[in-house]
Amino acid sequence: MRKFSYLFILMFILMMVASSTAWAQDGLDTGDNAWILASSALVLLMTPGLAFFYGGMSSVKNINNMIFMVFMCISIVSVQWVFWGYSISFGGGDIGGFFGGLSVAGLHGITPDSLSGTLSEYTFVAFQATFAIITVGLILGAVEGRMKFNACLLFIVLWATFVYDPVCHWVWGGGWAGNLGILDFAGGTVVHINSGAAALALVLLLGKRKGANVRPPANVPMVALGASLLWFGWFGFNAGSELAADGRAAFAWVITNTATASAVFAWVMSEWIYRGKPTLLGAASGAVAGLVAITPASGFVGPLGAVQIGIFAGIGCYFACVKLKAALGYDDALDVVGVHGIGGTIGAFATGLYTTQMVTGPDTPNGFFIGWDAAGLKQLGLQCIGLSATWAYAFTATIIIGLVLKYTIGIRTTEEQEDTGLDITLHGESGYHLETEAADTLKV
Amino acid sequence: MKKIEAIIRDEKLGAVKEALKAAGVAGMTVTEVKGHGTQKGITEVYRGRQYAVDLISKIKIEAVVDDKDVKTITDTIVDTAKTGSIGDGKIFVSSVDDAIRIRTGESGLKAI
Repeated sequence: MRKFSYLFILMFILMMVASSTAWAQDGLDTGDNAWILASSALVLLMTPGLAFFYGGMSSVKNINNMIFMVFMCISIVSVQWVFWGYSISFGGGDIGGFFGGLSVAGLHGITPDSLSGTLSEYTFVAFQATFAIITVGLILGAVEGRMKFNACLLFIVLWATFVYDPVCHWVWGGGWAGNLGILDFAGGTVVHINSGAAALALVLLLGKRKGANVRPPANVPMVALGASLLWFGWFGFNAGSELAADGRAAFAWVITNTATASAVFAWVMSEWIYRGKPTLLGAASGAVAGLVAITPASGFVGPLGAVQIGIFAGIGCYFACVKLKAALGYDDALDVVGVHGIGGTIGAFATGLYTTQMVTGPDTPNGFFIGWDAAGLKQLGLQCIGLSATWAYAFTATIIIGLVLKYTIGIRTTEEQEDTGLDITLHGESGYHLETEAADTLKV
Repeated sequence: MKKIEAIIRDEKLGAVKEALKAAGVAGMTVTEVKGHGTQKGITEVYRGRQYAVDLISKIKIEAVVDDKDVKTITDTIVDTAKTGSIGDGKIFVSSVDDAIRIRTGESGLKAI
């Protein structure tokens, strides 16, 4: 404990030093700054939205555990981001195109006057923090009902540090992927393929749940509520990723909504034709699949491209959840691989098909389906490099983190805990007390 | 005295309750129950995963009545709770030795 207090004192001194190095700058655009601050709040709301989305799909005996794990991502990653996450992702130069340095650890030297483009650097720090938070949260839907809580908390901080932060640096922080010209507007690779690949790795290490513990969703209306909050927050995610309050931000807003709406319809029609009944759970899942797929493409593709990406996402993710999972046999409880891994892959690939100079100007080529030329094909190749590299790195690094946890503190709960439910055994609280009042007595 | 236990569809509770009141049944106890009979259950599908729901929620109405009223009351229940499809439920009739009203201590027919 004493060591910790020294650490805190050191942090405090660093903060004091940092706060004395303020200098005045102009170039801040108040409109941009205001929009991105608002976007940061929108994206932060996505994480509780995700918690409800996942919680509603959990077994009723694990619903608190699921919401709690996702909620703890806000608690842990917010602080990790300030300590070193922002520095590895964006700060302090570039180490081999792979990591940022540690020179802005603790946000050292960043003052209220520091700028990032036309934004206050703190606005940028806040906005990007919310992405790091939700990306870790996305993974946890896969592990419903069988992950130890202490292992989960350690996983959150390790994964954010060794997987999210480097991949974020590759694409947006001046690393190799961004320099190569791989297009990812708001996080198809960084957020979705990254979390989908990690989910696959983690469920392979954890193993399957017992058949009797695979329960139907506890609360489908809560899933719909969560999906709606995600949809709402996603406007900050995609339109905010323009990092300015300009026409392209408005464009990304419309593209996002269009693709998502198309994906809802495509998913519902798929299950209606394939299984005979349309479901609310399907509509909520289709919305998230569409949001995921349009994420990398939202600042690059036109409105009709967005409709097509939405349709691909709705149909592709539906069959990934229903067919692919069953065929490969992994127990991805809430379909993180099917929705985020596959949806992100569809989006990252389709960005190379539909990106248009109508939106981007001459800086990037037309996509293959727009220009039908060699430049489009090259862009498609770059997209494939980006998505394959993310799948490979995230999967491998997650396996390593998972193995370290497995052979130190252990990652899997006991069979007895899983049968009773993690809410009672790990947290001592039930999600619902719907029995008659006489069943519980207040202990004074 | 006879006890009538009728297991009926959830959605028929309102109609049966009103019909029993109209037929002069003084009191009844209603319970939400789960079970299955000839109707073997239904299948729910969530994201392509099928769950067999073989215990279906039903309503159980219990009423203790005078022997002479049994026929009228069971007929009333059959008339109001019937849809003609599988899953309409069942009625069980059994003998009751005694009944006692807690407030007054009265027993037998006076207590029901």
